[in-house]
Amino acid sequence: MRSMLSRAESPIRRLIRPALWLLVIVPAIALVAQLLLDQLGAEPIESLEHASGKWALRLLAASLAVTPLMRLTGWGWLVAQRRFLGLATFFWAMGHLSVYIVLDQFFDWPEIVKDVLKHLYITVGMLAFVLMIPLALTSTKWSIRTLGGKRWTQLHRLVYVSAVAGSVHFLWAVKKDLAEPMIYAAVFAVLFALRLILRKRGPRTPLGSPRG
Amino acid sequence: MLIRRPDDIQSSEITPETVYQNRRAFIGTAGALALSGLVAPSALEAMRFDSGTAGAFPGLQQDDKLTPEEDATSYNNYYEFGTGKEEPKDQAKDFKPMPWTVNVEGMVKKPRPYSFDELVGKLPVQDRVYRHRCVEAWSMVIPWQGVQLKDVVARCEPLPGAKFVEFTTLYDPRRMPGQARAVLPWPYKEALRLDEANNPLALLATGMYGKALPNQNGAPLKLVVPWKYGFKGIKAIVKIKFTDKMPNTTWNDANPSEYGFYANVNPMVDHPRWSQAKERRIGQFLKIPTLPFNGYAAQVASMYSGMDLRKYY
Repeated sequence: MRSMLSRAESPIRRLIRPALWLLVIVPAIALVAQLLLDQLGAEPIESLEHASGKWALRLLAASLAVTPLMRLTGWGWLVAQRRFLGLATFFWAMGHLSVYIVLDQFFDWPEIVKDVLKHLYITVGMLAFVLMIPLALTSTKWSIRTLGGKRWTQLHRLVYVSAVAGSVHFLWAVKKDLAEPMIYAAVFAVLFALRLILRKRGPRTPLGSPRG
Repeated sequence: MLIRRPDDIQSSEITPETVYQNRRAFIGTAGALALSGLVAPSALEAMRFDSGTAGAFPGLQQDDKLTPEEDATSYNNYYEFGTGKEEPKDQAKDFKPMPWTVNVEGMVKKPRPYSFDELVGKLPVQDRVYRHRCVEAWSMVIPWQGVQLKDVVARCEPLPGAKFVEFTTLYDPRRMPGQARAVLPWPYKEALRLDEANNPLALLATGMYGKALPNQNGAPLKLVVPWKYGFKGIKAIVKIKFTDKMPNTTWNDANPSEYGFYANVNPMVDHPRWSQAKERRIGQFLKIPTLPFNGYAAQVASMYSGMDLRKYY
């Protein structure tokens, strides 16, 4: 098992970044192409809204999967992929919010403010996004050094609140058929559980100092 | 064929002029044939409703344009055929609506099953271009063909004590695969007060865009009440029951705080989770303001005078 892992490490390490770039960019290109070719159905704005929101949640789940994976494999270099995926989540969430503000509401600020204050699923969605802002801003090595590892880690625990808020946003946005948002919520629940289990077992990987 | 309409509704108000002018010819051919259910779909296809020449719609709002048929038949809420908007078109494609029987039950002179033709055949065919406002804040403009619900009510001969009319959708998970999952308490039920059912705007649609009603839009028989949210427009009706008690309705049962019995379109009363002030007309970019009773206040508001519409949403 260990030897298989170490044999796989080098090619994975080499290919992972291009693969992740594709994961982030291809759906974006596909959506824009579908929009331009009028392939997004009768309600393209809704299609864009749903797709961008789901991609933000998927990438958030992927970024939350990195730490458990790091513990399981001992591949400290994965930490850089976590940052990449975290930032990708942020940009997809920003895309999702932009579709809502620009295409859906077309800058109708009074209506947007009313929506955020009055309609809880929008409120929690906005919360999920706002909490990501400090995380995106402190994603640099410089921030980690300046804040210190411990404070940086504490700050970045906000991602759990953001994940819960994002899942609830999806659950509450759906009219009746909760099957799909329940799957997303379940994935986050599993990822949280995995963290708790692995925290007890393995040693923590020190930030920014890859373990061999 | 004599069609009486109340004085306050101009025929032009509910019908595009060009269609109205061609109405006799249309009724003589496509409409009647479609209603009898005897005609092959290909024959109906030949009598396409020409949305390109439908022109202006006096009485509709200024900017109302027909929704493209492709959109109206591919973006559907019809959970019996899947909860995704584009699922019904695919999942209903093998559904055979004919032969069709409607059971008329409850407080009527003679409860009995009616064949589709017995129930709606030989009634004056109506062409109605109506706005359609979904509770999810999108809307369409759809040319329906069908019969006035009040004519069907009269045919059923309700007893004097009847106050409500309840409609039930077919329950048959083999023919309606979406019913395999209990997303909603099946079968779908909807109801109207009898005076609402007798309002001249209320329609039992048997066709749209000049063709037999597509399966994904509720073939062969769908209720159309344009001043109410779309979910009141129950599809594939197999039972019509007259009663003196307010019936339960599916969405009201499923979530009473979000969906009322009346479900009249009302921009002043938000859905608890989203605003109802505006709507996106399918095919248009900017949202447009939603009108009280979906713009049909002149025809229907008097039925609700004195009622607190915030309470009876």
